Amino acid sequence: MHDLKPISALGGVSDTIGTMTITENSGVALASVAARMGGEVATKKALKKLLGDVPGPGRSQQHDPEAGFWIGPDQWMIGAPMDTHELLADQLKTLLGDAASVTEQSGAWVVFDVVGAALPDMMERLCAAPVRTMVAGDTQRTVIHHLSCFVIRQNGADHVRILGPRASAGSLHHALIGAAHSVA
Amino acid sequence: MTQINRITNGQTNPDQRLEFTFDGKTFYGQGGDTLASALLANGQRLMGRSFKYHRPRGPLTAGSEEPNALVELRTGGRQEPNTRATTAELYDGLTARSQNRLGSLKFDLLSINDRLSNFLTAGFYYKTFMWPAAFWEKLYEPIIRHAAGLGSLSKIDDPDLYDKGFLHCDQLIIGAGPAGLSAALVAGRSGAQVILADEDFRMGGRLNSETFAIGDQSGADWATATVAELATMPNVRLLPRTTVIGAFDHGIFSAVERVSDHLAVPATGKPRQILWRIYAKSSLLCAGATERPIGFENNDRPGIMLASAMRTYGNRFGVATDKRVAIFTNNDDGHRTAADLHAKGVKIAAVVDTRPDAPRSGDYEVLAGAQVIDTKGRLGLTFAEVRQADGSTRTLEVGALGMSGGWNPNVHMTCHQRGRPVWNDTIAAFAPGKNLPVGMAVAGAATGAFSTAAALSTGAKAAAAQLRHLGFQPKPPRQPKTEDTPTNVTPFWYVQGCNRAWLDQQNDVTVKDVKLAHQEGFRSVEHLKRYTTLGMATDQGKTSNMGGLAIMAELAGKSIPDVGTTIFRPPYTPTSMGVLAGRSVGRDFHPTRLTPTHKWAEEQDAVFVEVGNWLRAQWFPKSGETHWRESVDREVIATRNSVGVCDVTTLGKVDVQGADAADFLNKIYCNGFAKLAVGKVRYGLMLREDGIAMDDGTAARMAEDHFVVTTTTANALPVYRHMEFVRQCLYPDMDVQLISTTEAWAQYAVAGPNSRKLLEKIVDQDISNDAFPFMACADITVCGGLRARLFRISFSGELAYEIAVPTAYGDALIRRIMDAGAEFDVTPYGTEALGVMRIEKGHAAGNELNGTTTAQNLGMGRMVSKKKDSIGSTLSEREGLNRPNDLRQIGIKPVNPADPVPAGGHLMNATGPVDAAHDQGYVTSAAYSPSLGHMIALGFLKDGANQIGERMRLVSPLTGVETEIEIASAHFIDPEGDRLRA
Repeated sequence: MHDLKPISALGGVSDTIGTMTITENSGVALASVAARMGGEVATKKALKKLLGDVPGPGRSQQHDPEAGFWIGPDQWMIGAPMDTHELLADQLKTLLGDAASVTEQSGAWVVFDVVGAALPDMMERLCAAPVRTMVAGDTQRTVIHHLSCFVIRQNGADHVRILGPRASAGSLHHALIGAAHSVA
Repeated sequence: MTQINRITNGQTNPDQRLEFTFDGKTFYGQGGDTLASALLANGQRLMGRSFKYHRPRGPLTAGSEEPNALVELRTGGRQEPNTRATTAELYDGLTARSQNRLGSLKFDLLSINDRLSNFLTAGFYYKTFMWPAAFWEKLYEPIIRHAAGLGSLSKIDDPDLYDKGFLHCDQLIIGAGPAGLSAALVAGRSGAQVILADEDFRMGGRLNSETFAIGDQSGADWATATVAELATMPNVRLLPRTTVIGAFDHGIFSAVERVSDHLAVPATGKPRQILWRIYAKSSLLCAGATERPIGFENNDRPGIMLASAMRTYGNRFGVATDKRVAIFTNNDDGHRTAADLHAKGVKIAAVVDTRPDAPRSGDYEVLAGAQVIDTKGRLGLTFAEVRQADGSTRTLEVGALGMSGGWNPNVHMTCHQRGRPVWNDTIAAFAPGKNLPVGMAVAGAATGAFSTAAALSTGAKAAAAQLRHLGFQPKPPRQPKTEDTPTNVTPFWYVQGCNRAWLDQQNDVTVKDVKLAHQEGFRSVEHLKRYTTLGMATDQGKTSNMGGLAIMAELAGKSIPDVGTTIFRPPYTPTSMGVLAGRSVGRDFHPTRLTPTHKWAEEQDAVFVEVGNWLRAQWFPKSGETHWRESVDREVIATRNSVGVCDVTTLGKVDVQGADAADFLNKIYCNGFAKLAVGKVRYGLMLREDGIAMDDGTAARMAEDHFVVTTTTANALPVYRHMEFVRQCLYPDMDVQLISTTEAWAQYAVAGPNSRKLLEKIVDQDISNDAFPFMACADITVCGGLRARLFRISFSGELAYEIAVPTAYGDALIRRIMDAGAEFDVTPYGTEALGVMRIEKGHAAGNELNGTTTAQNLGMGRMVSKKKDSIGSTLSEREGLNRPNDLRQIGIKPVNPADPVPAGGHLMNATGPVDAAHDQGYVTSAAYSPSLGHMIALGFLKDGANQIGERMRLVSPLTGVETEIEIASAHFIDPEGDRLRA
């Protein structure tokens, strides 16, 4: 067992501004899955078993412990709790074999949970995703402060999860905080 | 000062007294006033000086089309020039100043220009300042620049925030006058998502300026009640103080909401303005119409304004522009102003109507078939001279004169995508054409239907039609009874024989200027605009363009529609730079990318450099080091003598998997990859389709069907995009999957003769030279089990490795490397030392892969495989890229070791001329080599491979450098590569 200590991009920072709470969620392990040529059916079958359903374009499948969302034709991002799934990519590769290519993505993303009554007002200051009309599971790739992000409508009525590039976590966080103040 | 021109029955709030200053003098206004209405209430007609002649000016309008009453608002960082007093919402403590004057507003020294008007006609720049040529830059231009312009900048940073935002709706209604409100009622009640935007702080449009009723309410009350009903609908979003400034592709509009402009200071954390991008499934333009002035001699004095504006000041703001006014009109609408003001007790000196059959509109004199031919008054109107129908003249003593030349529909937004308006004879104006932006309809006065009844009904009908198309089932209500007067206008543009009759008051363009432009051959309306400046600047000719077109038509013997209009472009009204920038200002101008060692590097006092969005450690100064070169030299020497570590996370990483992964790499790299063994890395060169080098890097074969490709930092994104293009479009039948992992892994170069010894303390596997030779790669574990990757590759030329762990462990790993390496004096190095070492080794980087160089130029011509087809390989064989004396990468060293070898310098023969015709090559990268004790450089030289040992001159005429240099191999250090294989 190694003794290196992982750190999250922003140390799990959490801020409450007005009705909005913005929290870095450092507990998400991520891996991408891309079906190989001829492996599409097998990949979808395995994902359906794992997630309960296979999300289509613009959708995510919110499921426990593994969840996932569509990121391209026959491509998905799968997430699971870091505590139990740090080796998610290996676990998926074992499950999918040669049917799909799997790539570890945990370190590539910073994850923010944005929760609060002013959620639609705040999000419309950030991105073109129509958060007001998105329902639970709706997922959009969009640009926030010049950064390519995923915005996922969670099951909670006033909750979105934002995945952005980890190296720019500070800039993205600054943009979220600024927008929260604007609508506070 | 008392509000001497304030009359009763306005819609302002007399109980809300607002104190403000204008040019340092204190005034009082009322809640609901604009700055212009409050100044007029105080008898202050003079509000500015004109652009060129510095003529005294007052407001021409009561809205956003204002050309004259431009002022500076606020002070310090919040100072804003060129703000229209006619739209500036009054607040307590507002500070305003007049602008474009030398001296006081009353005694502007530059008003001398008015006396020089014969010399300052259209095109005077081009005619007057021709000689001597040298005077233009040194004398004429500075003087003109000093005199020109309008407001001034404080040059202090704007302390306020500006937001950008994104809205979505089924229907965007632009303008909340009678048509817009009527449309919004239908849309709101249908359940559609509706946005109603209006530039005014009070919705209602002309309804707030008129006296006629809608049903049993006043128009203003009906508007208030309607807005109140709309405000209760959750599906309707009301955006007052919001100007829709542009119509763009696919139903996208931009709009500026002035959130805090009516406050002295925005609330903490709140923006001053928001730039909205509105995605609208349909849009309904209800932008109303703008009244036209009439051209006559001296028609620009303060007190002369549009008749409709005079009505707005009277009815809405309770302000009589003066106690004694006259009206000059060519249509029935002008009479409304006389009637309304008369009813408020204002003395109407006369209504001067150009039409012989002018109607009577009230108990005052109407001069039918008459014209106002001149005015008097130094700082404001005092007399108007009228030529009556019988040819006799008569002088009216008035302080205000309303002009009504008919109305122009506000067609701007219909033309933002190159639609052209069409001429409508009934209203003698351009109306929207058929070629509207996708999803747009027009209603109300913007269509040329000027009556209130028409506005209400066309608004409701157009909204309903659009909503039905979107699948809603709207129910247009019964329209209340209201004013439905037909338009009755006889075109009259200007008084014949006049010269200094202003068409464009903002740019001081007169009838005479338009005639002169025509006389000098400017026939196209676009040329007229640019020669005379008609229709430029902040008002974009909203009150002036039609007059110019009419005169052009008359002079050319054409009809106005044959002359045509200039192009309408966004923004509709002036837009501050701040709101266009939004939050992307100062240090937030662009996002930054931080490497996994950033926090640790800060602790080491690293100096950072921006590389794209990345912040990379440039060097790590130690105490006592006073110059960056000391730090960099130390880092290089320490690495070459023992071991150094550098964060190379920023290099692009692309995960390539699939059964055809190797074949795919064979296509994107010009050298072969199909036979690369698992566990091996190979240097690869990518070419563009045209045979020019695109990027270089390495590809590591982690498994039969899995490669990790690295790119240069700068090209991480372009290369990934290129690879996706190749995968999706060129070889869609290949089984290959790509995904970027640049940020997923923290990757560090560990270089130097002790690098293996250091890593052996961390890596769990055998990495001896036999087990892990040069160009090996493997999935490994470190520190007792953490998954990691190890590559034995070297940019520095030393025995070196790159080690990668998941990003979250990057901070822990650098600290562990530093601890483990303490016994070897491990030294962190930054991008400068990295650059020095790669130049010493002769490795190409961005300076050499500069978009003009080929594999041949880089000395890698033989890498382009002839045994396979790869992107760019065919075109790299073009004759023009393969001449015998083509540029070839070489090394450069000074003959005198103390001499500089600057990058960017050019190579010339040892003797002979120094000019472009004798250019032999150029320097791309240069550095001081602490290993060699002098500067070295890389560059490209004609037939360079055969010039090694030649002496030449390196010249930089711009910086005055001329150095004798010797051409050398680019590999200054360890040319045989013994070190990196050790």
